[in-house]
Amino acid sequence: MSDQPLIALLSGHQFMTGLPGGTGAVLAECARPQRFAAGDFLLREGGTADAIYLITLGHVAIEIHSPIKGGIVIDKVGPGHVVGLSWVAPPYRWQFDARALEPVETITVDVGCLRERLDLEPEIAAAFHRRLSANLLERLQATRIRLLDLYGNVRD
Amino acid sequence: MATSVTEAGGMRSANQSPLTPAVYRVAGRREELADVVTLSLKPVTPADLAPFGPGQFNMLTAFGVGEVAISISNSPSSPDPVLHTIRDVGAVTRALCRTEVGAVVGLRGPFGKDWGLGSIPLEADVVVVAGGIGLAPLRGAIAELVERHRAGHGRVFVLAGARSPDQILFPDDLEAWRTAGAHVGVAVDVDTPGWQGSVGVVTVLLPLAPFDPTRTVALLCGPEIMMRFVARGLVDLGVDPGQIRVSLERNMQCGIGLCGHCQLGPLLVCRDGPVVPFGGVADRLFLERNR
Repeated sequence: MSDQPLIALLSGHQFMTGLPGGTGAVLAECARPQRFAAGDFLLREGGTADAIYLITLGHVAIEIHSPIKGGIVIDKVGPGHVVGLSWVAPPYRWQFDARALEPVETITVDVGCLRERLDLEPEIAAAFHRRLSANLLERLQATRIRLLDLYGNVRD
Repeated sequence: MATSVTEAGGMRSANQSPLTPAVYRVAGRREELADVVTLSLKPVTPADLAPFGPGQFNMLTAFGVGEVAISISNSPSSPDPVLHTIRDVGAVTRALCRTEVGAVVGLRGPFGKDWGLGSIPLEADVVVVAGGIGLAPLRGAIAELVERHRAGHGRVFVLAGARSPDQILFPDDLEAWRTAGAHVGVAVDVDTPGWQGSVGVVTVLLPLAPFDPTRTVALLCGPEIMMRFVARGLVDLGVDPGQIRVSLERNMQCGIGLCGHCQLGPLLVCRDGPVVPFGGVADRLFLERNR
């Protein structure tokens, strides 16, 4: 794990780029560094969605389990990305599994704590949620493009 | 036999119209994927072999079936035999894909504008982005660029998208280019067990490729939607839109700008393309709707 102070790690994360100066300090109050070995699950489908993971090292597969095929990988994300967005709306349950593909390090933010802190900082809260919305939009657009099956067979 | 340079740039036998195909024999046939075949073609009359630039295309005839535009997929440095990588998507391409070694096909060309490698500064980073079968028209260009890199010139980044790991075109070439010093990234839409690469649209590879956007030239080929998103992604990263080149695909028929079937706005793609700049040309045309 990096020896950098948590707030420095947070401030250097791609997700934080452009957010107001105090955002790192607010998140740091609710955050802790975490390590996962290859194969560990960061979160599992059906579990309580109570954290957001800012990846600083390694890659994570977003999967859904099939009894026949096992874990079907839907997406892979790496340093600079975030994992865990199901806490933004009820029922606050993880919809997918997230599994470390290699040694992974994250800054894990406790969402209960974060909600309380953001309630006290409306300007930071607004900026934080704008960033989350942008992240969700990016993922939605990428998913829509994949739905097109662009490289599939096209009959003339 | 005497030869002459055609308006489209190719060398053709005397008295041969650019609308008359030369006869080529299938010297080799390689199944790249379940529905993709590469044909190695040698002219029955050696003088019919025409020099070409990477990114140009030929009109191939499956006799008795029809004619179709297919990009040349080998390097101009080794032009004989000429290679065409063909996906079976219709009657003509199916007939071509099923053509056996020793059989003959018709060939007219080469036609159109190539990737223009000669105009790329030697020190430039070149980002090549291909989707699916779009790697075929770039293959010859990549081979040339990788040779340049080996000679000490600019870096080469090859980013390829495929439907799934078993649909990745030219895996041996990708590995060879990586070994030769190119940065190679592959993203698949659908993961399968054992796949170690990226998952998602090919744009996910852009942030992972450490090119310098201020001195980057990009070559894009693939589904037009993919090229739009990749081009915008490159521009967002700081690449000059004028330094992005895309290969357009339209209904090319005559190959020499006469019939108008491939018209796209002010362009006749067979003559003015298929390779055109993104900035100022394709960026506007991509947004035109067919009426």
